[in-house]
Amino acid sequence: MLNRQGRATRAVEVALTAPATFTGNRGLDMEEALIFETGRLDATGVDIDEPAPFASRLGGHERVAPIGLPGLTEPECLRHYVRLSRKNYSIDAGLYPLGSCTMKHNPRLNEKMARLAGFADIHPLQPFSTAQGALELIDALAKTLMALTGMSAVAMSPKAGAHGELCGMMAIKAAILARGEAETRRVVLVPDSAHGTNPATAALIGFSVRAVPANAEGIVTAQAVKAAIGPDVAAIMLTNPNTCGLFEREIAEIADTVHRAGAYFYCDGANFNAIVGKAKPGDLGVDAMHINLHKTFSTPHGGGGPGAGPVVLSERLAPFAPVPFLKRDGDALTLVEHAEGGQSFGRLSAFHGQMGMFVRALAFILSHGADGLKQASEDAVLSANYIRVCLNDLMTSPFGDRPCMHEALFDDRWLKETGITTLDFAKAMIDEGYHPMTVYFPLVVHGAMLIEPTESESKASLDLFIMTLRDLALGALAGDRDRFLSAPRFAPRERLDETRAARQPILTWTKPTPA
Amino acid sequence: MSQLRYSKDHEYIRLEGEIGTVGISDHAQAQLGDVVFVELPQVGAQLVQGGEAAVVESVKAASEVYAPATGEVVAVNDALEGQPSLINEDATGKGWLFRVKLADPKELESMMDEAAYQEFLKTEA
Amino acid sequence: MRYLPLSDEDRALMLARIGVADIDALFADIPASKRLTGLIDIPRRMSEMEVERRLSAMAARNVAAGSAPFFLGAGAYRHHVPASVDHLIQRSEFLTSYTPYQPEIAQGTLQTLFEFQTQVAALTGMEVANASMYDGSTACAEAVLMAHRLTKRKKAVLSGGLHPHYAAVVRTLATMAEDETVILPPDVFAREDIAAAIDEETSCVVVQNPDFFGNLRDLAPIAAAAKAKGALLVAVFTEAVSLGAVRSPGEMGADIVAGEGQSIGNALNFGGPYVGLFATRLKNVRQMPGRLAGETVDAEGRRSFTLTLSTREQHIRREKATSNICTNSGLCALAFTIHMSLLGEKGLRSLAKVNHANAVALAERLAGVSSVSILNECFFNEFTLRTPRPASEVVDALAKKGVIGGVPVSRLLPKAGLDDLIVVASTETDSESDRAAYAAALAGILS
Repeated sequence: MLNRQGRATRAVEVALTAPATFTGNRGLDMEEALIFETGRLDATGVDIDEPAPFASRLGGHERVAPIGLPGLTEPECLRHYVRLSRKNYSIDAGLYPLGSCTMKHNPRLNEKMARLAGFADIHPLQPFSTAQGALELIDALAKTLMALTGMSAVAMSPKAGAHGELCGMMAIKAAILARGEAETRRVVLVPDSAHGTNPATAALIGFSVRAVPANAEGIVTAQAVKAAIGPDVAAIMLTNPNTCGLFEREIAEIADTVHRAGAYFYCDGANFNAIVGKAKPGDLGVDAMHINLHKTFSTPHGGGGPGAGPVVLSERLAPFAPVPFLKRDGDALTLVEHAEGGQSFGRLSAFHGQMGMFVRALAFILSHGADGLKQASEDAVLSANYIRVCLNDLMTSPFGDRPCMHEALFDDRWLKETGITTLDFAKAMIDEGYHPMTVYFPLVVHGAMLIEPTESESKASLDLFIMTLRDLALGALAGDRDRFLSAPRFAPRERLDETRAARQPILTWTKPTPA
Repeated sequence: MSQLRYSKDHEYIRLEGEIGTVGISDHAQAQLGDVVFVELPQVGAQLVQGGEAAVVESVKAASEVYAPATGEVVAVNDALEGQPSLINEDATGKGWLFRVKLADPKELESMMDEAAYQEFLKTEA
Repeated sequence: MRYLPLSDEDRALMLARIGVADIDALFADIPASKRLTGLIDIPRRMSEMEVERRLSAMAARNVAAGSAPFFLGAGAYRHHVPASVDHLIQRSEFLTSYTPYQPEIAQGTLQTLFEFQTQVAALTGMEVANASMYDGSTACAEAVLMAHRLTKRKKAVLSGGLHPHYAAVVRTLATMAEDETVILPPDVFAREDIAAAIDEETSCVVVQNPDFFGNLRDLAPIAAAAKAKGALLVAVFTEAVSLGAVRSPGEMGADIVAGEGQSIGNALNFGGPYVGLFATRLKNVRQMPGRLAGETVDAEGRRSFTLTLSTREQHIRREKATSNICTNSGLCALAFTIHMSLLGEKGLRSLAKVNHANAVALAERLAGVSSVSILNECFFNEFTLRTPRPASEVVDALAKKGVIGGVPVSRLLPKAGLDDLIVVASTETDSESDRAAYAAALAGILS
């Protein structure tokens, strides 16, 4: 049961020093209270005219008890949120070297297009005749995603990557049900390096998970799959390129093995940015793959969402795609919205998908074009390898000195004698003005550090990043421990007591009782 | 003073008569970090050796605790609800998880004693 | 290319430093027969101007809500969003920031989530809320799963007043997870005896209020009936503004609340992105899916916020997680909380009052059109109309006359024999002339 992921979750020493200023502000870095502390219950920043007296038809169901929420006038509101915004790091402000997240530039044209009234101000259930342009856009994006992946069909409705995984796995389960094998095929093969959503998704729909090991080079071999596969297997879930940043070389053979055993191949498309225009998942034998529009296709992360996760499907799985899906009716487009009478596995969410993200993604794709998308993938892979070779004399890699795809993976063996952990190193990066890379993922690598620069960084930016990491690495190796253990010192907050947050959860504001 | 016996999954059991007190080893708590929550079995639950019995959660990790022996749960450490930190402070004492009435004390014979466990830790590293 | 900063010179220098002859050497792991040599068959790169031209042409083919009298609801509602909201969510630090896994440089996101959670809990009358789900329908499905975990039962009973697409989402997930769902027949008049459908195997009853047909219900007797059998009440709403006028689900005894927050802060967007609201009682918090922001202190003792109780989630618990969810609906939740902060309780109550007043006025006008009847005894801002001709025909005819009059029930329930019903919504955005236009157009079509 030993869990090797446990790591320090509060600062080692708490140094309560008297604040240097009366306000607690430090120049432009300002403290900001909660709206419940500054707002007033009788204030509002929206002018609404009281209606003329009328006979209520609420039928006795009125809300009488107070809600207890304050309001802010517009100036107060602007100030509150502008001050809060300035406590956040963002792509617009700096490089996010987050492996697996593809934090590329979010083009502003995308925002402008998404806000056109003809896209933003239309209702999902208005008559199809009044929304042909919207359906045309979804169709255009769908066709493009199929062309880029070489797949026959695409389900557009999943609302995020994990939702897309659910969609793909549900299609697979539906296919197995249709073959009458639902009772016998209850296992899904998942590598240990997989993102947590993979096993969580499989378990959600009643599958049990069987681990497939990677080899010493970090990839899954066809042999390992052959050893794990059997008539009880419904599918394999593989990420390609994988979470170690490596292309699964034996993928075609694996797909073949899986298919010959009567199972399906789900591909986690989180790392698609590495191979757009360079290879098609459809050519590699994939049956279903979700695409994270908020990764590969630049829709903004928005502090945690919304995402969008359309799923491309092979011919084998296309009949089971969820509703709604597009249909041509002569010259017009409509949506098939009901599963009855077909083989669709059902419905994943109330409406048609993340239209707002579709507009943004299509704007991105049209801007880049076939040539630009290929260049973007090449630049992403080039930049990751550039960082890799500029750091690999100081930092150790779990799979030796070999080319990576769009992300470079290091482990913490090089830090062993320093008393500094991956976490400490990451926090020191914050003081240097960088968001840390992905740390402690994939779980199979000790103290993992996964760096993905994307294609959006200039060479000057990459060089500065590399220089900074080298300075930090050399500092760590030279025994400059304080810099790391006390980091971050210059961010809006120092290390938080996450232990306390979990032991004594405070999840809403409550009015303090007088002492 | 009864001896602790350890499993390969870093659980310990301390036998007093028919009752075994179960917890996680000091090494395990150090690996987990600050414990924030513990999911304990119900009193009266029937455990099977090797079956999942409890879950110990830290901020960044959750670890299953497997029953080192078969038997019925006769007591659980209620103090852990308000003070999960007891596991970090005193894993083999105040940080005990539950007590089980052993169905078959012979099951413990294959477990490691203190010295063997320390050796095992060296090889695992 | 305007988004790619590397020059050919940079690329050459970098290749040399890496020690390979060309870029394809870095793609050598792709099996030779699978490497693409040419370009994929989609158009080549386009300027910003060209992209704008193409997408604007598509947008122009749609009838935007602001351009015609507009009365659609059925799960998504047209409201006025103050200019500040959209302006603030476009600030770089909100728009282009990542999930707040490094709390020291994400206090902006974390504090706004904490405020959002507090607002959602207060609005729904519950003790704790999460940092948002994808939308109301998936929040509803997750609520059912949570009820299964809490009660250790596998059967959900869905009211006939639940939005048909929400019911479809729950049923799809249940079929795949091999759980049971009982879906009561469409309950146009809010007369169903849902208590009779609850037994000792029921984990939860799922009831929407205001319901799909616009009816208002007292959930308290349903909560009691559920509790008597050891089951939970999952209360659902699709119109968040209703919480400013209608008794909250928490007050009426709900155990879990799942709803759609789109009405506050977010545009219609043809169905997405939206924002799912999810709330429950504190004792259930460890079974709640989704992200949670919590309060703590930093090393200098200053109040700070961080994601917490993460062991429920997939990145730690993997196959034992409460859900597979990774993203929340961050920016949409931010839009919600900003709009809600601007409204405050006072503004929300006024807004809700105007919504109800407009709906009452519209219902009166439409009831005045001969052969048309309003079916609801009570409603908030949405009601059901019965017409003498098939509703889908009527709605299409109205559209031809430039009135977007409502959603034919048959679009969501094609086989329920409810082909003469239209669900109509009215918000603060409707004017007196809009209502007059609707009544006139309807009268014209039916005469």
